[in-house]
Amino acid sequence: QVWQIRLDMHLLNHDGNITDAASIAGIVALCHFRRPDVSVQGQEVTVYTPEERDPVPLSIHHMPICVSFAFFHQGTYLLVDPSEREERVMDGLLVIAMNKHREICTIQSSGVVMLVQDQILRCSKIAAVKVAEITELIQKALENDHKARKEGGKFGFAESIPNQKITTFKMESAAVDTNNVEEQAGEIIAKADPPSEIFVNPILHTPGTAQIGEGIENSWGDLEESEKEEAAEEEGESKAAAFACQKSETEDTSMMSKTKKDEPIVLSDSEEEEVVILEPQELPRRTR
Amino acid sequence: PVTPPWLSPGDTSVLAGLYGPAEAKLSKELPDRAALEVLLRPKVGLPGVLERSREQQLRQTCEAVVLGVLHPRTAITLVLQVLSDAGSLLSCCLNAACMGLLDAGLPLCSLFCGVTCALGPDGAITLDPTARQEQEARAVLTFAIDSSERKVLMSTTKGSCSVEEMQQCLAAAQRAADTIFQFYRDSLQRRYSK
Repeated sequence: QVWQIRLDMHLLNHDGNITDAASIAGIVALCHFRRPDVSVQGQEVTVYTPEERDPVPLSIHHMPICVSFAFFHQGTYLLVDPSEREERVMDGLLVIAMNKHREICTIQSSGVVMLVQDQILRCSKIAAVKVAEITELIQKALENDHKARKEGGKFGFAESIPNQKITTFKMESAAVDTNNVEEQAGEIIAKADPPSEIFVNPILHTPGTAQIGEGIENSWGDLEESEKEEAAEEEGESKAAAFACQKSETEDTSMMSKTKKDEPIVLSDSEEEEVVILEPQELPRRTR
Repeated sequence: PVTPPWLSPGDTSVLAGLYGPAEAKLSKELPDRAALEVLLRPKVGLPGVLERSREQQLRQTCEAVVLGVLHPRTAITLVLQVLSDAGSLLSCCLNAACMGLLDAGLPLCSLFCGVTCALGPDGAITLDPTARQEQEARAVLTFAIDSSERKVLMSTTKGSCSVEEMQQCLAAAQRAADTIFQFYRDSLQRRYSK
């Protein structure tokens, strides 16, 4: 049995260089995550809930961060961290993933640019500097969050949205006057029509089967006059048979029923005269 | 075109992105009006059944407000991304959706806002509850209220409450809607006054 980790990344805004942003977000999320504590004794495994024991962090050996370089004019010009427009017109892209110990984790080159060795060495030196800065930023942010959680301050995404920018609007939680709410509600109820009475008399067919309500009349098309008469006749006939052998009939949802609601209602299928009752659990339900 | 995230007390935030009216796929286009599609992405995991049902509720609310007949055979897509959830998520989505529609400049017949009410075991009404208040409440009701006559566009209930209590919550929500619409006004004024 092993733990399975799932990392969901949501791209909120694309202004170029998703690779770098996603790598930073991913590694920070993994460092920030806490998993439930587990103790293993022989074959027994106990997983503790967050309330029983504090969740423990994952064991992260190192933090690889991607840095992207865009090349233009066959390698003459080099841009670090290209924006969206620069990405669109670049000739080639070089992505280097490095950790703060200056170990290269990934190198990926794409596009129509052929790179020379010292260009790549230069890029890796730039990447080392950038990665060192970014790793420091990450450490500081994680520490701040840790402190805020310990001291009970506010944390999370909502707090990170800057308050002072022109494009953000924040309103303090406002009190709403709910003094006369009950009166107002009472008025509304008094004026409203009472809800139509719904008779819920379950119709008991046999022990174990019941039907609430009757089916609505088929509104797809008008039955021809003759058909209606026929149906009425057949119903009349089988109703007689039904009263005679009331207990040995299976019911079917019928289209037209004008029976009173207080009597035990017997719905008859106008096509069948003789039916057999099976065990209540196996009662077949046939609907037209 | 994306609106800035919409926050509500308790730090629930939802990001709304609205695209359209754009060309619709033949299978989805409607001959006389715009086809509105809502996608709700949760913070963790893939969208599931709960998200689908929320999407339908949001879609029906938006369709009641958007003047789709002005843009026949087009598709309007509204994508909502949940950034953090600390209670009152559906009303936050409603507010974000309305701001998104406003921001994109779609023709609307009225605005709408979402308000959540939680009914405590003793009958006390809490507006815009936090996640904890929602859990402890006997019933949680969410209303979408329109701006022209404070009528109800959509209502959802979880839990059980009496008819009187529901009417009380609705009246409280209509009061709260006033505050929210005032906020819409202020923020739009500020945004377009530069």
